[in-house]
Amino acid sequence: MTCRTPDQAQAPSRRDFLRSGAALATMTLAPGVTLMAFGGSEAEAAADSGKRWGLLIDASRCAPGCSDCVSACKTENGWSGHGDPERDVQWIRKVTLKEKATGREVNLPMMCQHCESPPCVDVCPTGASFKRDDGIVLVDKHICIGCRYCMMACPFKARSFVHEPVTNQKPHAPRGVGTVESCTLCVHRVDAGGIPACVEACTAAGHGAMVFGDLRDPESEISRRLAEFPSAALRPDLDLNPGVRYAEI
Amino acid sequence: MAIDRTIYREIPFTPRLWAVTALLGAFLLGGVWAFAHVEHQGHVATGMTNQVVWGLPHVFAIFLIVAASGALNVASIASVFDNKPYKPLSRLSGVLAISLLAGGLAVLVLDLGRPDRLIVQMTHFNFTSIFTWNILLYSGFLGIVALYLWVQMDRNVHPKWTRPAGLLAFVWRLALTTGTGSIFGWLVARPGYDAAIMAPLFIAMSFALGLAVFILVLQALCALSPCPLGQALTARLTRLLALFVAAALYFTAVQHLTNLYAAEHAGIEAFILRDGGIYTTLFWGVQVGLGALLPLLLVYGRRTPPSAGLSAGVSLLVILGGLAQLYVIVVGGQAYPMELFPGYVVTSGFHDGQIAGYGPSLPEIALGLGGVALALLATGLGAKILRVLPTNLSDQNLAAKG
Repeated sequence: MTCRTPDQAQAPSRRDFLRSGAALATMTLAPGVTLMAFGGSEAEAAADSGKRWGLLIDASRCAPGCSDCVSACKTENGWSGHGDPERDVQWIRKVTLKEKATGREVNLPMMCQHCESPPCVDVCPTGASFKRDDGIVLVDKHICIGCRYCMMACPFKARSFVHEPVTNQKPHAPRGVGTVESCTLCVHRVDAGGIPACVEACTAAGHGAMVFGDLRDPESEISRRLAEFPSAALRPDLDLNPGVRYAEI
Repeated sequence: MAIDRTIYREIPFTPRLWAVTALLGAFLLGGVWAFAHVEHQGHVATGMTNQVVWGLPHVFAIFLIVAASGALNVASIASVFDNKPYKPLSRLSGVLAISLLAGGLAVLVLDLGRPDRLIVQMTHFNFTSIFTWNILLYSGFLGIVALYLWVQMDRNVHPKWTRPAGLLAFVWRLALTTGTGSIFGWLVARPGYDAAIMAPLFIAMSFALGLAVFILVLQALCALSPCPLGQALTARLTRLLALFVAAALYFTAVQHLTNLYAAEHAGIEAFILRDGGIYTTLFWGVQVGLGALLPLLLVYGRRTPPSAGLSAGVSLLVILGGLAQLYVIVVGGQAYPMELFPGYVVTSGFHDGQIAGYGPSLPEIALGLGGVALALLATGLGAKILRVLPTNLSDQNLAAKG
């Protein structure tokens, strides 16, 4: 992992400068159209390389019957099921864990873990799966060919293939039949200074099981809690360094 | 004993040729229908799900791609290893290799979620992806085998170039199958894959499957033309096929024994070898029993050379076993759940912790068979318009060459 000093984190690199130029050109020439010049997209250009966004999920606060995070994600990003659980997309899902040795049960939400070394990005033949400089892993819907190799590679079953034509898309979360999609960490909200819809809903419900923040900022709540209490990354054997961490499993 | 000169002839138009063409054309049309149907409806029209994301089309596609590199072995044995009886078969070997690869790639591309974006794949390369490397390997294979064919067929090219071209094609085909096996071998997340042995296993499979297809195609083309096909040649090819089958079986055994040694893989091994239902049946019954042990018994368990009918039967069994093996690898490997949380039983509304179900749909079967038909039609077209089929495959010629 490359460490940056605070000064380096603040100073934009030449790459950032070029990407910013791409974003500026996009907004100037054709608002609403994603410019693919310089190998970067509008979504990439908005990323701040000095940050790494992450989530901390406290399983002890995740209520068994609650699915507010899932509902909020559906509403925010415009995905829903067709009553076919095997084919329906799932950007976020609730899972129940039962410890084999003791029988103790916990609940938690599962979604894209926004890995630092994402296998989905490694295997994507076109580069449609990509990781922004701030650690958010996304799918560029313009160049996803629907090969599903990223789904084969993801250890968390976090990606879904869109099996049927979609309607009522949200402008900030474009979707398309025949392409792969997953949790975007509500990148449109994050770029506007907000927090993901799931975190907002969990907090509003009074559970407070999800904390969102910058893992590179030692003063952020997520960093302080990670430093203070034990937490775990999923599949640590794979050494992917996910941006999503779990506590109290 | 005098040896007839190797003269190549196009296969003539006969009613039987038209009948076979019409039959293959019907399967090709079925494939086109399947593509159009899935393109219109979305993949909801298939048996594939968000649990089993690669299904029967991938089994067919990988079969054809793997068989393509194996089909080239006949030419390699002739040019690279200087085995004279195989030399007249080199051209057909090359044409069949190109055709099988084209059929496999067609199935793979037409099953994409967005096949219309093929141009995107041709202009955007992610070099950390083994998929990308495979695209380059497949394209390179088509070009190199075309070059190899040209070197063999153009009288203005000195024959000394045949061996270097054959060597290049042989090395390339080994790389190609290594790449295809690595598509699975490099998937670290799934317990059914994540094994370096996938590469040599796929190479051994390609030797067997490619030769099995070659034997059947050679017999079919000779039946459609005046070219006499001696029993001695097919018997020799069939004995070589049995050797390749034994090699594939050996790598399969090593794959599973290695996994059984590691406690972390006990679950997937128990699933494939004992508790997996259809996958266990396909593994023991079709892949190992019908596809490997029975052919070995039929070939090595007799003192006389295999007859033409037995050669065809053994080749069909090997193909059946290969399809079963790929089905177990591709679908069985996905059906077994990934271990998200070691030490916990995981349940969810998204089938976490459960064996995933999969049943191939008609469009998937039609698309796969359409790819096979495309490969065979392309081979037939090659044999019709190019001089690839030799006229000196009789037993007397083989005896004279040794």
